[in-house]
Amino acid sequence: MSIAVTQKKTAPDAPRRRRFFGIDRRPGFLTYGLLTVFLVCSAYPLWWSFVMSTRQNSDFGLSWPPLLPGGRFWINAQVVFESIPFWKALGNSLIISCVVTLSVVTFSTLAGYAFAKLRFRGRNGLMVFVIATLAVPTQLGIIPLFMLMRTWGWTGSIGAVIIPLLVTAFGVFFMRQYLVDVIPDELLEAARVDGANMIRTFFHVAVPAARPAMAILALFTFMTAWTDFLWPLLVLDSTNPTLQTALSQLQSAHYVDYSIVLAGAILSTVPLLVLFVVAGKQLISGIMQGAVKG
Amino acid sequence: MTATLTPGKTTPSHSSSPRTPDRAERRRHWLSRLDVKASPYAYVAPFFIVFGLVGLFPLIYTFVVSLYDWDLLKGQGDFVGIDNFVSVLQDEFFWNSLFNTFSIFVLSSIPQLIAATFIAAILDQNIRSKTFWRMSILLPYVVTPAAVALIFSNMFSEDYGLINNMLQNFGLDAIGWKTDTLPSHIAIATMVNWRWTGYNALILLAAMQSVPRDVHESAALDGAGMLRRFFSITLPSIRPTMVFVIITATIGGLQIFVEPRMFDAATAGGSQRQFQTTVLYLWEMAFFRQNFGEASAIAWLLFLIIVGIGLINFLLSRSIATAETKVSTTRRQRRLAAYRNKEVSR
Repeated sequence: MSIAVTQKKTAPDAPRRRRFFGIDRRPGFLTYGLLTVFLVCSAYPLWWSFVMSTRQNSDFGLSWPPLLPGGRFWINAQVVFESIPFWKALGNSLIISCVVTLSVVTFSTLAGYAFAKLRFRGRNGLMVFVIATLAVPTQLGIIPLFMLMRTWGWTGSIGAVIIPLLVTAFGVFFMRQYLVDVIPDELLEAARVDGANMIRTFFHVAVPAARPAMAILALFTFMTAWTDFLWPLLVLDSTNPTLQTALSQLQSAHYVDYSIVLAGAILSTVPLLVLFVVAGKQLISGIMQGAVKG
Repeated sequence: MTATLTPGKTTPSHSSSPRTPDRAERRRHWLSRLDVKASPYAYVAPFFIVFGLVGLFPLIYTFVVSLYDWDLLKGQGDFVGIDNFVSVLQDEFFWNSLFNTFSIFVLSSIPQLIAATFIAAILDQNIRSKTFWRMSILLPYVVTPAAVALIFSNMFSEDYGLINNMLQNFGLDAIGWKTDTLPSHIAIATMVNWRWTGYNALILLAAMQSVPRDVHESAALDGAGMLRRFFSITLPSIRPTMVFVIITATIGGLQIFVEPRMFDAATAGGSQRQFQTTVLYLWEMAFFRQNFGEASAIAWLLFLIIVGIGLINFLLSRSIATAETKVSTTRRQRRLAAYRNKEVSR
């Protein structure tokens, strides 16, 4: 793992030449100009939809888009709450994402630890299987999965949404890659010599070492579960939706009333925006670590 | 979970015959052996059991369903062999959906990869407040695809959409984003690009940062300019990561569903199916036409296509990599030979 998140500033005693002509030269106007362009590209669609969600439909007819919000956000939001079971959907999405995150992190850490640090017959074969399934689009098994849920009588309940997301091959792979390097074998041996059994060794040696990776995996699993759309759309009905499927209901109900639809889009984005503000740094380091390892 | 017994004091079952410490010792030893042998399997079992049940089994069973006449409500019908596959392959809507999927995929992956590489190269400099800029490009990633689809389908709306308004402000004609084939593909690809470019840029940035700085240093000292350094050092060294990004983009891109589904709420991919993707067609086949057999055949065909393209990507990248090493080795040898000749002639 070698990600210098904060690079050392050039020391003042560095040779002048390097500071002005080498690669540590502070970039100029052009760079910051481009960065600002990227920033505008990322933020403007969100800002525009926020502005439009605080206005009324007639404002969409303006040839130049307004830049400042109007005052109708709560009026529009009220309509959103009346036309879809918003709070219920929010609760469902939260429950689904939390349960899935807990389960994925637990099972991935257990399995990843076993693959990384324990010797057992068939280990390599099973690991190859895990890696092979990384490239398999399991989403395409939705038809039998749907039949399975119907047989169990689970359709319409959020349990049906949770079940297929309980484990991921990516999680196992990610934890294994991380744990291979961070747990020294001597530490495990020492724990064993001291008489700790396997599960104690896992809790006292592996879990503390795995904590940073667990946090990253939790973050990404939560986001994936939160954004899932196709499967909940199939197994849930309109009375008990997740936030994402509720949005599509809102769109069908108000396809001519743009400001209301956008108010719904903004409302549904708020939870993840909060997460982004709180854990944005971890999200970035997670993406960058997963890449180097992948 | 695992019930590993902590070998405590063994309670003698017959108090009349006192156990030898030797036996207790052996028993404890045996238990700990069992613990060591069985625990790993217990740790990996939950993943394999659940994954087998909800991941692998449905995928394989999809094939079984595709061999039958199978209706959403009536259930299993007659065994029809490969008839479902034949009728899917003769179905113009299926080919139309494949064309749309690939068209959207190409429009959303190639520009995205180029933009992400460019953004990563910009971020790879010694800029101030790094985290802020990184967060700013990652912002779209936290907007869920459903919300992205809503926002952009309003922007691309034909009558009062932001994009068409702007076009008319500059004296251009409005474009039929939702009725014409290519514009609708561009609009949907834009949603994908907007959400994923920053994410992929960060992945590529990580790869760029793992290039040792002194390589750049020495190249700069040898007089290589920024562009030269980018093409000769940065690009070759991020190739493996590029392949990784391309493969994940393929797996995701060919299964695109949310964006075309919500781009037009009233239809399943446009009034003329002009942006109906394959997964969207699968969904229509299964839950509207209620033909599970043909829908499963579609799922399997798409599955084969995705895995096939993934393999081709992988093999191509490998062969390119080996060819590269060959070229560079021969070059190196030639240079060494020339150098030696020079040394000798001196």
